[in-house]
Amino acid sequence: MNIHAEDPIIEVHDLTVSYSQKPVLWGIDLSLPKGSLVGIVGPNGAGKSTLIKAIMDLVPLSSGYVKLFDTQLDNVREKISYVPQRESVDWDFPASVYDVVMMGRYGKLGLFKRPRQADREVVQESMRLVGMEAFKNRQISQLSGGQQQRVFLARALAQQAEVYFMDEPFAGVDAATEKAIVELLRRMSKEGKTVVVVHHDLQSVAKYFDWLILLNMRLVASGPTVDVFKEELLQEAYGGKLTILSEVGDLLTKGRFPSREKTV
Amino acid sequence: MEAIYIILAGSLVAVSCGLVGSYLILRKMAMVADAISHAVLPGIVIAFFISGSRDSLPMLLGAGALGIITTFLIEFFHKKGNLQTDASIGVTFTWLFALGVILISTFAGKVDLDQDCVLYGEIAYVPIDLWITDTGTIMGPRVLYISGSVLLVVIAFIFIGYKELFLTTFDPSYAAIIGINTTLWHYLLMGAVSLTTVASFESVGAILVVALLIAPPATAYLLTEDFKKMLIFTCIIGIIVSVLGYYLASYIDGSIAGAMSTVAGLIFLVVFLFSPTQGVVFRNRRSKLSMTLNEEPI
Repeated sequence: MNIHAEDPIIEVHDLTVSYSQKPVLWGIDLSLPKGSLVGIVGPNGAGKSTLIKAIMDLVPLSSGYVKLFDTQLDNVREKISYVPQRESVDWDFPASVYDVVMMGRYGKLGLFKRPRQADREVVQESMRLVGMEAFKNRQISQLSGGQQQRVFLARALAQQAEVYFMDEPFAGVDAATEKAIVELLRRMSKEGKTVVVVHHDLQSVAKYFDWLILLNMRLVASGPTVDVFKEELLQEAYGGKLTILSEVGDLLTKGRFPSREKTV
Repeated sequence: MEAIYIILAGSLVAVSCGLVGSYLILRKMAMVADAISHAVLPGIVIAFFISGSRDSLPMLLGAGALGIITTFLIEFFHKKGNLQTDASIGVTFTWLFALGVILISTFAGKVDLDQDCVLYGEIAYVPIDLWITDTGTIMGPRVLYISGSVLLVVIAFIFIGYKELFLTTFDPSYAAIIGINTTLWHYLLMGAVSLTTVASFESVGAILVVALLIAPPATAYLLTEDFKKMLIFTCIIGIIVSVLGYYLASYIDGSIAGAMSTVAGLIFLVVFLFSPTQGVVFRNRRSKLSMTLNEEPI
């Protein structure tokens, strides 16, 4: 099942990615609507991270093409932001929370220019939004996992972008941080920002996202969560992992996944 | 006057090496410095053959080219051949260095270069290796001009590209997203490392350049968790190393470059043991402190 968005902000056409001749994504074709909160779900090795990296041109494409804002990535870089996996950097790096969040402004600054008052205000506001103001001068090596994740979020916010790609922002964070992050993402999507999140936990999928991409090397489904979060599609994406599926099935029948409107 | 010239030359070399070395250790590329410092040897010999003189400029160009080729080969074997980075470094620089040794030994009779000089350098010759203009004016030690210019280039490079170097070192994929050319900055930095290495070559030699590239920034890394302070501490440590190294050498009447590297190692050891934040001696106390920190509600 593949529902295309009208007037899409992200379009992926016939995308194939391979690592040393071994394909990890096959013929992906999808489009995403503006202002949606999109979850990318699938089993381990399904190519979830690879998909967002391919959209952002971080990995070479074997075939296909990507359009953002109906144009090429290079024309709209300042509108794109990225929250990488927390483990992708060395947190012992000698930098403070403020230093890392300020990196979000580097793209707009260019060579030679030092950050100005306006940039400092944006950084301050971004730290406030994720509740990290108090840790402004704390060294990043002294942060907990949840705080590190919030610093990465603040850095992305400081970019003041239109589209955000996030690679497992809930991995290894505590429940309180997860809740705070989800609320922030909802607010962003209400303000018309498009947020694409690689997500691991099936239990919370229906609660968090209003658009869902089910992936298992090929595209299993893409569309509004209400249409996509169905047992047969999940079955298709997760293959024989019945234990998870029967659990999800139970949850579905018990109706413990209310639609998003009810929870907000 | 002699002492001042030697200490000044040592400090200039140590500060340039330390500044580029700071980026190398944070990029986990310390051994690349080792590789470059050795692999530039054939470049120097070939530049000597082509130009027929021991002028600094052809040597700098030849060695700089080899430095870039070295980093390119390391990346190439690593990415295209799926070889581990350390294996890739080990293969690349040993054969390039060996090539240089063969070139020197084969043409030993015709070449005014010898392996000892290349390997160990001789900073003691700084005061007598003068720059004399065509009109006969004595401008002072040649090495001071070379290492001084290199230091200026390195400082200008870091000043202009501070943000880009900082970000590409910390998080290259994010840098790529916001439109910073990470490959370009990688090779610019490697170019700076090659330049610094070559300029330091004559004074401290290939092997001891590595000590100055890595030991002062590694020491500074243990002393602070602020990158700008790390750069400043690196410079200070570099200067201390060359001052103490000189006096150690004259006290024991030994190799100055060797004494400087020994001092660099000793300073590292002292900081490793007694640093207030990272030191082994204070570590127990610190881990207790961080436990109480983690307990605070966040």
